[in-house]
Amino acid sequence: MATQVADKPAQTSPTAAPDAVVVRFAGDSGDGMQLTGGQFTLSTALAGNDLATFPDFPAEIRAPQGTLFGVSAFQINFGSREINTAGDAPDVLVAMNPAALKVNLSALKPGGLIIADTGEFTQRNLDKAKYASNPIEDGSLAKWNVLAFDISALTVEAVKDFGLGNKDALRCKNMWTLGLALWMFDRDRQPLIDWLNAKFARKPELAGANIAALNAGHAYGETAELSGPLKKLHIDPVPAAPGLYRTITGAEAVSLGLVAGAQLAGLHMFFGGYPITPASSILHYLVKMKEFGVTTFQAEDEIAAICSAIGASYAGQLGVTSSSGPGIALKGEAMGLAVMTELPLVIVNSQRGGPSTGLPTKTEQSDLYQAVYGRNGDAPIPVISARSPSDVFEVAIEACRIAVEYMTPVILLTDGYIANAAEPWKVPDPETFAPFKAQFLTEKNDGDRLLPYARDTKGARPWIKPGTPGLMHRIGGIEKNQGTGNIDYSPENHQAMTDARKAKIDGIVVPDQDVSLGDAKGRLAVVGWGSTYGPIRRAVDNARAKGLSVSHIHVRNIWPLPRNLGDLLKGFDKVLVPEMNTGQFKTVLRDQLLVDAESLTKTSGQPFQIAELDAAIAKFFDGVPGNEGGAVEPNSQQLPNPVAGYDDGSLKAGGDAQ
Amino acid sequence: MNDMTPIQTTLKDWETDQEVRWCPGCGDYAILKAVQRTLPQLGADPANTVFVSGIGCSSRFPYYIESYGFHTIHGRAPAFATGIKLANPALDVWLVTGDGDGLSIGGNHLMHVLRRNVNMQIMLFNNEIYGLTKGQYSPTSRVGTTTPSTPLGSVDRPANPCAFALGVGARFVARGFDVSKNLPDVLKAAHAHKGAAFVEIFQNCVVYNKDVFDAFAQPKGAEDRQLWLEDGKPMLFAKETKGLALDLENLELKVVDVVDGDWQAAGVLVHNVKNRSIAHMLVELPFGRFPMALGVLYDDPRPTYEEGVADEIARATAGKNTSLARLLAKGQTWTVEAEGGHPA
Ligand code: SF4
Repeated sequence: MATQVADKPAQTSPTAAPDAVVVRFAGDSGDGMQLTGGQFTLSTALAGNDLATFPDFPAEIRAPQGTLFGVSAFQINFGSREINTAGDAPDVLVAMNPAALKVNLSALKPGGLIIADTGEFTQRNLDKAKYASNPIEDGSLAKWNVLAFDISALTVEAVKDFGLGNKDALRCKNMWTLGLALWMFDRDRQPLIDWLNAKFARKPELAGANIAALNAGHAYGETAELSGPLKKLHIDPVPAAPGLYRTITGAEAVSLGLVAGAQLAGLHMFFGGYPITPASSILHYLVKMKEFGVTTFQAEDEIAAICSAIGASYAGQLGVTSSSGPGIALKGEAMGLAVMTELPLVIVNSQRGGPSTGLPTKTEQSDLYQAVYGRNGDAPIPVISARSPSDVFEVAIEACRIAVEYMTPVILLTDGYIANAAEPWKVPDPETFAPFKAQFLTEKNDGDRLLPYARDTKGARPWIKPGTPGLMHRIGGIEKNQGTGNIDYSPENHQAMTDARKAKIDGIVVPDQDVSLGDAKGRLAVVGWGSTYGPIRRAVDNARAKGLSVSHIHVRNIWPLPRNLGDLLKGFDKVLVPEMNTGQFKTVLRDQLLVDAESLTKTSGQPFQIAELDAAIAKFFDGVPGNEGGAVEPNSQQLPNPVAGYDDGSLKAGGDAQ
Repeated sequence: MNDMTPIQTTLKDWETDQEVRWCPGCGDYAILKAVQRTLPQLGADPANTVFVSGIGCSSRFPYYIESYGFHTIHGRAPAFATGIKLANPALDVWLVTGDGDGLSIGGNHLMHVLRRNVNMQIMLFNNEIYGLTKGQYSPTSRVGTTTPSTPLGSVDRPANPCAFALGVGARFVARGFDVSKNLPDVLKAAHAHKGAAFVEIFQNCVVYNKDVFDAFAQPKGAEDRQLWLEDGKPMLFAKETKGLALDLENLELKVVDVVDGDWQAAGVLVHNVKNRSIAHMLVELPFGRFPMALGVLYDDPRPTYEEGVADEIARATAGKNTSLARLLAKGQTWTVEAEGGHPA
């Protein structure tokens, strides 16, 4: 589940509520926009809507107040139907200061609603945001609806009975704004009030002030409705499977999935990491999971991070390392050693824009070649990808399973978008996952001989923990004898070992490829992998609603590919592969399946817009009835620009983060 | 070192069936024998012992010791060893590296394993040359070393392994050389130290850098050129006719003559392995003007890294519910009821 924007701008009549709405909260990084967004998300979830969010976490180091690069934003798309992306463009923009308006305005839909705090539109703040004149007054916002009023003053007024200083009083602005948002979308305030009471249990005056601000914002909605452009909207709940739900981000989900995977393998987990955007949050989550048998190690560099993880795997734990493209590049040689010594290891790559430092805070899928082909020698490594924040939980478990059952490193590809985005997640019951208990060799496996490189039916060698009596042996990166593991450079042996390593990976059992949406045959298959799942799904859904013969095939296992994928694709006249790179998966498909796949590529650092995919699909149906509609201008601004950096402490986006 | 029940073994028990592939006459043979002689004396258990190495001539070492062995990649052995010790602190880990492996490509990792104080023995075989790649100069080669990559002589100044180790925070620093009869004692001291124990072992590369340590290592005149340090003993050499004293004016060490064995009168220092300031002077002693300082130069243990990690895990775990179901359902949750899809 996740989200998309309504095809038409949101209707503001209460009688014709849209089935989805996109709201973006934007303010100074000190304005508490992430908290506002997070609480609004929870309220949305409690209202039973499906949703997807794209938060941009404020930097721990605060940017100068009021500046363009100090803007923090949080976008949520929610609706009464399945939501697959965080939304092409917002219907509503809440701008807490001029800089927030300036940075986010270009993304707003024509006819969309701007809610602005005039109390912050002072000359000083306008200067900081580099506005020559006040946009609220100079007519430059004519193509949007504007609701501008002094939220600052109204908040101070609302909390005056609580004896707070001016600064603390103004801090309640975000709750005032949230109150207004809750009114707009017909939400219950009580869960928020409970949350505030719990949060400020030891400071009742702050709880009271925040609740008063929340209520005042809510009450303001009633008044504004009578006089202005604001209308109350009720978005119906989406039908959802019964069960326990929570919201989850990709970074959280991958951490939970790794912990679950290690437990299913009956292993302690060792995580070696090095700070890098956007992967650091995985380390931050795991460090708080020590009681689940997790050891985290912040290494001196990316190389040490993976090497320590391999060392831990060698010693009998499940080694895991994580990074983003530049760090993964540094780990390449060690991955080869893990291939050579055939030890389990999970390598998580939260991809970002490249090459080199590239776009640290922007998303891309351009490390696919690196994952599949990027090592010296013939060093096959299985590659598996995640499509959304909640999906990555299961994918992480699957990565652990492959690593342990096949004694191999596994690469898990996620990306910056998945890492930071949030969506509702039906909390799984751990009992429903099949365990894959790791087996350790405890005695000699060939009469009175030990053969560390004897293979089981899957091609996997035994896992032998140092400390096991009688099984002393040596392993390393030099080519090893097929059975004994002793150094063996002989031609026949290297041929046999290369073949065995390849056969083991080729033989990994991956589930057969299914069709995500549509028929198993037809005119066009849109084949995706990773986080393009959401927009592709929506676009294929749109096309199918027009009666076009389009199917969506979403591939999780990149290497090895599902065995039936080639046959499945033969059932389509055309194959389109949209990717946030220059066509890497297309190349793999052509190479492996000899299929005439065409590319749709995007490397702006932004996910695909649904409209872009609609247009690309339409090209395959020229002249087909029902396929009307025109070309679409790519919008590079459809998601909040993470100007304020990330929670790993990396500084402002745009370039500084490493 | 590790707290462990001593195991009865002999030198033979530590030999593997692998053909040793060093050049005939290489100093590595002597070091191998010294280690194989030391391990039984330590009561070490082959099943609980792990030799980890990087890449280079010295890093072939694990193949020749009948224990667990991991021949890893160039320069990174400390990182692997750290992972091994964190995963299973009960293992007795020996790290084998060289001057190129440990100070050039792997200098960063060597720094951090010492700084973190991960409990293991680190043997750096210093032959002042790249042997395995056929004789290029290394980060410890002296200025003017002519090699295939420096035909006119190297111009960069060498690194001093013991000074490096001490500088990055090592709590045990010792020196020996391949054919020295004292090497097992140095290794035993390293093993007895709880924490990262750094031992520089001068090693003769007979093919590419032959006999560069002869100035102090050759038996003839050795007593004049070797100062073997022992905790609590005066710093004497040259058959106790010379010693090291503190030059208070310049705050450095000086060589003094000892007359009639009265070293106290000559102001000769008594070696205190816990004296970090003196250790800094000892590792830096310029050979020539001074003898080569050998033996345990510094030994002052501190809590190990893996103890600290285990401690944190224990504290974080105490009294915690470790059910996965609870972990997954953390934070604010809501329930969708069976019919109608409305949340409760
Ligand atoms: S090249 Fe030098 S160090 Fe290497 S094995 Fe031969 S003699 Fe020993």
